[in-house]
Amino acid sequence: MNSLILIVILMLISTAAFIFGRKKALNAVNGKVSALHSLPGHYGWFSAVISFLPGLTILIIWFLFGNNLVDNFTLATLGGEIQNLSDFDRALYMNDIRNLAAQDAISRPVTEAMTNAAHYYLRTQENISWIFALSAIGISALAALFSIRKISPDLRSRNLLERLILIALVTCSAIAILTTVGIVSSLIVETLRFLDHVPLTDFLFGLKWSPQTALRADQVGSSGAFGAIPLFAGTLLITFIALLIALPVGLLSAIYMTEFASRKARAIFKPLLELLAGIPTVVYGFFAALVVAPAIRSSGEVIGLEIASESALAAGLVMGIMIIPLISSLSDDVISSVPQSLRDASLGLGATKTETILNIIIPSALPGIVSAFLLAASRAIGETMIVVMAAGMAANLTANPLEAVTTVTVQILALLTGDQEFDSAKTLSAFALGLALFVITLFLNFMALRVVRKYQEQYD
Amino acid sequence: MQARLKRRYRKERMFKAVGLGGLMTGLLALAVMVISILSTGLSGFTESRLHIDVYMDPEIIGTIAGNTEKERLHSLMQINYSALVRNSLRQKFPDVKGRRNIFSLQKLVSKGSREDIKQRLLEDESIIGKTITMNLLASSTVDMYLKGQISRHVDQSERKISDKQLAWLDVLQAEGRIVKGFNWKFLTSGDSREPELAGIWGAAMGSFLTLLVTLVVAFPIGVASALYLEEFAPKNKWTDLIEININNLAAVPSIIFGLLGLAIFLNLFNMPRSAPLVGGLTLALMTLPTIIISSRAAIRAVPPSIRDAAIGMGASRIQTQFHHVLPLSMPGIMTGTIIGMAQALGETAPLLMIGMVAFIVDVPHGVLDAATALPVQIFLWADSPERGFMEKTSAAIIVLLLFLVLMNGLAIWMRHKFEKRW
Amino acid sequence: MNIINVFEEDRMDNTPDEEVVEPIIQTKDVNVYYGDTHALMGIDLDISPKRVTALIGPSGCGKSTFLRCINRMNDTIPTCRMTGTITLDGENIYDKKIDVVQLRARVGMVFQKPNPFPKSIYDNVAYGPRIHGLAANSTDLDEIVFNSLQRSGLWNEVKDRLDTPGTALSGGQQQRLCIARTIAINPEVILMDEPCSALDPIATAIVEELITELKERFTIIIVTHSMQQAARVSEQTAFFHLGKILEFGDTSEIFTNPKVEKTKDYITGRFG
Repeated sequence: MNSLILIVILMLISTAAFIFGRKKALNAVNGKVSALHSLPGHYGWFSAVISFLPGLTILIIWFLFGNNLVDNFTLATLGGEIQNLSDFDRALYMNDIRNLAAQDAISRPVTEAMTNAAHYYLRTQENISWIFALSAIGISALAALFSIRKISPDLRSRNLLERLILIALVTCSAIAILTTVGIVSSLIVETLRFLDHVPLTDFLFGLKWSPQTALRADQVGSSGAFGAIPLFAGTLLITFIALLIALPVGLLSAIYMTEFASRKARAIFKPLLELLAGIPTVVYGFFAALVVAPAIRSSGEVIGLEIASESALAAGLVMGIMIIPLISSLSDDVISSVPQSLRDASLGLGATKTETILNIIIPSALPGIVSAFLLAASRAIGETMIVVMAAGMAANLTANPLEAVTTVTVQILALLTGDQEFDSAKTLSAFALGLALFVITLFLNFMALRVVRKYQEQYD
Repeated sequence: MQARLKRRYRKERMFKAVGLGGLMTGLLALAVMVISILSTGLSGFTESRLHIDVYMDPEIIGTIAGNTEKERLHSLMQINYSALVRNSLRQKFPDVKGRRNIFSLQKLVSKGSREDIKQRLLEDESIIGKTITMNLLASSTVDMYLKGQISRHVDQSERKISDKQLAWLDVLQAEGRIVKGFNWKFLTSGDSREPELAGIWGAAMGSFLTLLVTLVVAFPIGVASALYLEEFAPKNKWTDLIEININNLAAVPSIIFGLLGLAIFLNLFNMPRSAPLVGGLTLALMTLPTIIISSRAAIRAVPPSIRDAAIGMGASRIQTQFHHVLPLSMPGIMTGTIIGMAQALGETAPLLMIGMVAFIVDVPHGVLDAATALPVQIFLWADSPERGFMEKTSAAIIVLLLFLVLMNGLAIWMRHKFEKRW
Repeated sequence: MNIINVFEEDRMDNTPDEEVVEPIIQTKDVNVYYGDTHALMGIDLDISPKRVTALIGPSGCGKSTFLRCINRMNDTIPTCRMTGTITLDGENIYDKKIDVVQLRARVGMVFQKPNPFPKSIYDNVAYGPRIHGLAANSTDLDEIVFNSLQRSGLWNEVKDRLDTPGTALSGGQQQRLCIARTIAINPEVILMDEPCSALDPIATAIVEELITELKERFTIIIVTHSMQQAARVSEQTAFFHLGKILEFGDTSEIFTNPKVEKTKDYITGRFG
């Protein structure tokens, strides 16, 4: 049965529950609304919600686990040789059965066992969907009857309804936590599996990154190396270049706009600069590859320098432009929040504006500026599209900004797009890199928040 | 003292100049970027067509069988259109001999011209046997040359267009047979291997479906969490944890959300790869912190006197929120949501991770169809070696930026329009 | 809602007897704490029905806190704790069985700053009847709105623009709209927290006149900073000082012949 039809049926049941619940409440007091504890609509909603929720729960279970259930039933009917396959091969086998059932192309010659399994698969799918659908409808209908029976003028249906709403609100706010749990657990699980293949020390301190593992045992020179140092070095190099651009430009812009520019000029410049923040990173990446990298390369040629077309300089430069607005708007906030009294005190002593800024404002806003710097670094380390489009693919351990380097994010993307083999060290290493990236950015963000909180306390 | 003062003032002027210099550097970068994209991209919205007399040869076309349109279309699919085009071009240039030369003559016209001829035949069968003048779409190479992106002043081996082809084009140009027009296909069709046929409609639909899922998931959940955290949650360790967690999630790199989508939605729940549903869910998790943070600010801005008034009237806390606080904070919440959606629209990396990166010609119609998205399309085209795709990339960027400007403009307009009345 | 009706009928039967009246509200040993601050200490007070009781005292003496205890508005402040009992018609309003929402429909409140909802005038008045289900149909509702606006003396001023926002009215009109909104749910008691402090003298006079008219149907407890106002509108007055009631009695008695020295000082303006 189609899940859309099932949802419509469940909605119809709860609509009926609404109508009958409301009616029962009204009939119980002969239409005298003020004799009811809650408004008639509350009784209706009470019945509607009570009847809808169990059906919805079953529907969600079906949606999340129904396919796995069908797969498992199908696999259970197969012979021992299939049962003894590795998890990965069994999944491939099951995939073929599914494709066969859907009459798609499959990766191996069709055997009779497979045709049977495909038939069984379709039958089971049909049966299981009916079981789920009918039980959802049955339970919903029962819940509707139960809730309508419960209705009496003294039933505090509004309070019950509001408790349900509150539970829904709590559940929604728990999703933010669940997201973090999901991120952390999925990264850790895959990373642990990666560490089965590659020792932790090799990963953290290895100097060679070449994740191409041998497809065949007899292939030469492709054992795969998973030393992450070159990736982190590349990431740091590009981040360093980016911050070298963005920090002075962003900070100076913020100082000029808060302290020197007229109100009118500020009203024009500030949004213009913030436009930079709204431009998608893929556009920056294209800009880097199309304009900046060739420009750097040809200007290098003029002075006789050989510059790689995917140089770290080009990627870092463009990434620097991207984080200018981040630094400038955060610094703008902290500089404006330095109390006017401090400025007045300095100006009153006969200091010039510049002296006030350099000696009073910057030092007092320093924690905020440090926090902006940390956030910018976190942003640059995690940035993907610019480096994917403008930085290199080969892991190159160098500090020369004119050479091509690769970054953590580039490698994650490269490892996970295209053909994937689950369980291979190559695919799993992406998750290990992801975990490292997550930990680093989390640490930077956390520090930034702490610094800024300390700073706020200072002026509260 | 005077000299010292003079020095101090000089320092003041210098510092101001340096500050202005910093600001100008940022703005200059913006300007260079916008100009370079506009200058490469605007030509992507035009196309070149060649006025060619096409002889609708009955021998090649044969009979168009079938009563329904579907049957007729099927029959039309069987026609050898390249032969039609080739013969017409040979008629125009009768002295071209030899397979290779004829082949390179035919290369002036895009493969997509078959669609034009097919459409004409579908509309009017009586043209069979006649010679009619048609505007056939020029190939990408010709288009590039006509737009001045391929120079004729370099050696033949350095450019994709041969001297002979240039000579033919000169003849056509002299006869006024080359026309330029607006490239509607770019806005209305899906991706293609041929730059002159490629369009962004498929990617735009993919983006739309993805954002739809994102909105449907992230908006209610975001508003509900904001409402709970701002109005109901007790101040304790647990809610502190949620708060810190949300602030941190807002700064987690987007590629991590891609990893999450891959591990949870694809590998654990077996959802379909490349589907806007999965893309939308992933982006929803990413946008959620933005929506929660801005919604909380909007809810906080509703004055407490309104809550007092409602509670004093005997409204319950939930009624107070749903009858008064939420409607009053809705403009602020909407503004934050639109900004979050604009971020999601420009996001690329997570979508690459969950496989919305395939070459997809068909326009997706549902959230389970394989699809790509506007920024991913830009990424794919930017990666393509074909020169003709460069202007398409920039043109697609212009479209994407236009959408972003519209969304952010809407957000700003809403903020001004519904400015607080208390 | 059934409870309210029962009490309404009770009230109809109760012919007001000036001398021996059962108090409608009785408080016993009420203590309120905000975190560690002890805001109210052992308040015992009996409020007579269909009278105006004024609560006076210097700023921060706890009179507003006490007022907010009577319809449990203090529940909305997380750090606030309360002990003791407050009964309304003999029923402890802090009892677990009491639904605060219903309580607040019986004990209405008018706030210091006029706070109409940013909705139309009509919707402002109709909001209470709607959430409490007091009107069976739209004709009923129209009538409730008409009666409430009529009684609050606002009808003639707003009858042609019921659909304009309540926030567009003048300050005095806004406050009368808030009063109309409160009487639309037909409460037994109306609490007023310095209702005129944000109004000009003319608007204040109109609201005071309104209060005098309203006491024929409602019990009114009013917190005020103005001695003159307390003297003009109230029958009984309680003098609060540092979280305690120093003196309580007939207004005429308190203003002409205060028994406690502090009351005398306050009334005559020596401190406050």
